[in-house]
Amino acid sequence: MSTDFPFDPATAIHDETIAARVPWSRVLQQGEVLHLIDLEGQQAVDALFYRADHFEERYSAQDTLRAQNSAYVTTGTKLLSTEGNVLVTVIADSCGRHDTSAGACSCEANTVRFGHHTRFMHACRENFTLELGKYGMSKRDIVSNVNFFMNVPIEPSGELAIVDGISAPGGSVTLKADMDVLVVFSNCPQVNNPCNGFTPSPVRVLVWAAA
Amino acid sequence: MTLLDSSTPEQHRARYEELKRNAQSRLGRSVPRAEHDVAEITDIVRKETIPDGWYWTTRIARGQRLRIVNPTGRATVSALIWNAADTSERYNAGDTVKIQWNALLGKGDLLFSDMGRVLASIVEDSGTGHDFLLGASTQATNAARYGAGLLRNTRDNFCLAVAKLGLQRRDIGPCISFFAPIKIDTEGAFAWKDDAIKPGDFVELRAEMDLIIVLSNCPHPLDPRTDYAPGSVDAIVWQGPPTPADDLCRTASEEAVRGFENTDALFAGE
Repeated sequence: MSTDFPFDPATAIHDETIAARVPWSRVLQQGEVLHLIDLEGQQAVDALFYRADHFEERYSAQDTLRAQNSAYVTTGTKLLSTEGNVLVTVIADSCGRHDTSAGACSCEANTVRFGHHTRFMHACRENFTLELGKYGMSKRDIVSNVNFFMNVPIEPSGELAIVDGISAPGGSVTLKADMDVLVVFSNCPQVNNPCNGFTPSPVRVLVWAAA
Repeated sequence: MTLLDSSTPEQHRARYEELKRNAQSRLGRSVPRAEHDVAEITDIVRKETIPDGWYWTTRIARGQRLRIVNPTGRATVSALIWNAADTSERYNAGDTVKIQWNALLGKGDLLFSDMGRVLASIVEDSGTGHDFLLGASTQATNAARYGAGLLRNTRDNFCLAVAKLGLQRRDIGPCISFFAPIKIDTEGAFAWKDDAIKPGDFVELRAEMDLIIVLSNCPHPLDPRTDYAPGSVDAIVWQGPPTPADDLCRTASEEAVRGFENTDALFAGE
């Protein structure tokens, strides 16, 4: 965990608040820095990453966990691609533990997890599918994602559960692009588990040019 | 627009905590395990011996079984699974562990697609332990473990297999690695459980819809042994007995019941 964050918001090349429940995307140039702020706390942001000049190379949660031999994403984690290249590096982080094992919520999985009455509630994979469509991609291109600010401890027994977030209001995570990379976020709309404190809220994203 | 869910945050939390308690009460439940007996396998549909380092693809019809046998006790078999009728529906690692509240799955557990449906049930399993989190070998992990050389790896096997199926690299999602006994400590670090695999270990899947499966027989990247010698594995597709109403997998949990309700709806009227 590190809160070391030297960038001045006044010099950001992009500064935007992502409303609750909606998707967002942007191509980061190599060396650019993205700072994501959990404005109200306990708000999961589901994230996908693609090599900007070749979308078939994309984030691999399994390779990332194996290479760092740890179940959680935190400061220093290199998010690896399906070809073993570093897409982005987590360079600062206020909450110390982000998930990449539990995937993104979907209408269909919600029916299994929470009951058939939840089928017609908004979900991250709806956001991802719409946002990826802008880049010529589809549901087939959704791979396992990172869940920033989402707390999913995996116990030695194997137990895996989404529990109350440890991200405080104003908490943040900072990423540096190791290559030109398409970043796709879904500001998670889930209300059936604690990943958003049961109340989805906005987040803020800032981007700085390469140093 | 219709407000489809008017529950309060407190009501949502209460519902979630109840589901979590129910899942915790099931965790660690022991299931009876069978020995692998080739004689009990009748109605073999097809069979292949997959040499070490190689891959195999097969179709499996709904209701048929795939038994994977590990004669040496040294092999790991990594798998990708698609709905044969629509390959945009495929194995989803996140949903599989999240729905079942468990990352160390085995007999009695289910493999879920991204569409809230059950692709396959793990109907038998000699208890080795399998990996649902860390993926499989690549050229880089082989080089790190075994040094320079042209040893085969699962990433390349998957790329070759999907090409021959008319699929693309983007159809390769996270995989399952059978016979990969990993453990995780309280800090989240992973390690290999030595001596957990025995010669003759096996796992058996029952297809819950028509499937396409790729199997890759390459050592797991956490397997600490420095000689690349997994030996061959046997893959047997067979008809198997009909699924009873009180089937272990179909009745494993309320989540399992709902997953099968979604799956069976695909076949309503058949």
